[in-house]
Amino acid sequence: MTRLIAALAGATMLAGPALAEMKVGMITTLSGGGAGLGIDVRDGFLLAVKQAGADIEVIVKDDEQKPDVAVQLADEMIQSDGVDVLTGIIFSNIAMAVVPAALAQDRFYLSPNAGPSALAGAGCSPNYFNVAWQNDNLHEAAGAYANTAGYANTFILAPNYPAGTDALTGYKRFYEGALAGEVYTQLGQTDYAGEIAQIRASGADSVFFFLPGGMGIAFLKQYAQSGVDIPLIGPGFSFDQDILPAVGEAALGVRNTAQWSPDLDNEANRAFVESFQAEYGRLPSLYASQGFDTANLLISAMGKADVADQDAFRAALREADFASTRGDFAFGPNHHPVQDIYVREVVDADGTLTNRIVGVALEDRADAYAADCKM
Amino acid sequence: MAWTLLLEQVLNGLQYGMTLFVMASGLTLVFGVMGLINLAHGSLYMVGAFACAAVAAATGSFALGLVAALAAAAAAGALVELLVIRRLYARDHLDQVLATFALILIFSEGTRWVFGSFPLYLSIPAALSGSVPLPGGSAYPVYRLVVIAVGLAVAAFLFWLIGRTRLGVQIRAGEADREMIAALGVDISRLYTAIFALGAALAGLAGALVGALQSVQVGMGEPVLILAFVVIVIGGIGSIRGALVGALLVGLTDTLGRFLLPQAFRAVLEPSAATGVGSALASMLIYVLMAGVLIWRPKGLYGAAG
Repeated sequence: MTRLIAALAGATMLAGPALAEMKVGMITTLSGGGAGLGIDVRDGFLLAVKQAGADIEVIVKDDEQKPDVAVQLADEMIQSDGVDVLTGIIFSNIAMAVVPAALAQDRFYLSPNAGPSALAGAGCSPNYFNVAWQNDNLHEAAGAYANTAGYANTFILAPNYPAGTDALTGYKRFYEGALAGEVYTQLGQTDYAGEIAQIRASGADSVFFFLPGGMGIAFLKQYAQSGVDIPLIGPGFSFDQDILPAVGEAALGVRNTAQWSPDLDNEANRAFVESFQAEYGRLPSLYASQGFDTANLLISAMGKADVADQDAFRAALREADFASTRGDFAFGPNHHPVQDIYVREVVDADGTLTNRIVGVALEDRADAYAADCKM
Repeated sequence: MAWTLLLEQVLNGLQYGMTLFVMASGLTLVFGVMGLINLAHGSLYMVGAFACAAVAAATGSFALGLVAALAAAAAAGALVELLVIRRLYARDHLDQVLATFALILIFSEGTRWVFGSFPLYLSIPAALSGSVPLPGGSAYPVYRLVVIAVGLAVAAFLFWLIGRTRLGVQIRAGEADREMIAALGVDISRLYTAIFALGAALAGLAGALVGALQSVQVGMGEPVLILAFVVIVIGGIGSIRGALVGALLVGLTDTLGRFLLPQAFRAVLEPSAATGVGSALASMLIYVLMAGVLIWRPKGLYGAAG
């Protein structure tokens, strides 16, 4: 059912005539618990395509957050639809299932979200461009922020799965203080009373947590209800526009790190936030900005080279000659972003919870794996 | 480790167990009396949470939200029983699993159509948002104590209903021999609709109670469904007492395991390795518990013999 609807939706989204100059296959998560992220990436991407009036045919399909479904969709898009570029994947495990095979078939892959370390280091590839971040980046920035904020005894927690251990590793890479405790929770856990009791008893001066999606909502609400008032730090994922309405006041004042914020002061971003609200009637999220930037990167490269000439097109992508919503944006040698990562604070703007930038955590940050990339 | 922290963790385990009990009691009623494996029980939990969130947002009253959650889940349950489940009693369990799995997909995508893909806001009522001091200087949220109380009230209500009322007699009789009680003039199909709606209402209540602590989002019911099945298998299928004991066992084992195991391993391993090993083992603990109970008592703790 969902696949049918997504296919129909894809069919109505054809921009331009049947024989478009560029065919893009977007595999993203449009159903299940992670659907909010995929919808925002899709909406941001399609908004940029529409604004540029670019001759791009976008085929949107739902991966249902399942690697096997995504692999099947990628095969279909490459072999029967003949797409030139793939994009859209939200989750790292799905990216790892799809991206290497797509690259082996000489397609370009532009990542609007997931940035697994395996694709940033030794497994980097000339046709893979990450337009979001390497997975560790926002956590590293949180660690750097903890130092400047003067925290010296942090309690850290994350789910017990690869992205969770990476998050804690990323935090510890920059954080210089001591650890009041280190806890791995279960993936999908919804009750954090036990962890919160440990935090209360630990004597920590700060808490760093990475709990994406509903886990973060549950943790934040329960933390606020518990009356523990040790300051929280987290990556922007748990404080973005997709989940802030569900967390409510519990998130107010929390400092979080991200490469983008709705109030980031540059022309491209002001226009993006305004037009996204006009088009969809809601504030854009981090993920929407990443989708928007991904499409604009692609459009900038199309203006310089034909996708059939892979070397020229790759060089055009590498230039990153587009007006990013993040302001300065460049690719490092491993085709991952080199960008500023900000500290944001959750504020109440006329009844809507959103983020405001309060400082820069890391300037021109690349990633820890670039040195291992040989291409 | 301070004993106050341990006391707090025991309370957390009790509270977690009570929410599991409210969820599992409905499942065990339906499974035990009607012989039906209802995978869509988690969807009814979700329906309750969404109804509560929507009504609480519209009226500002959590109490009205709770009423709406019970009503919406019971209505959805009755409707599903009349339209779909009724055709499945005579079929084998595999057909039931398939059909109720389809219901999960329908409920999930239907909820997405109505409410969108983004999680909804539902918070605990202001009157219950404080905390009470515990001996030893710690504090415990009032709302979680209320959840424990609600769980106890549901247990008392179900024991009364099954043990002391006419409906309870019919339910017990239906469990033992459904043809015979139909022959005695009990309208078995109406009885089944009522039981199914009751089970659904309990799931909706659990969803609304837990929705205020967690996130109200599509797909929230499935992880709890798995735990509810673990609970009723441990407790013995069809037994309310079994569901209560099983839920408390699972709640306490899970909460205390997550807390104590990493600490225990810290005595022999360095801290980050101890955390990793301890957490990995803690997440298996309830399944180990289930396996242990099943070896000792293949029908569960309070399962019908034979």
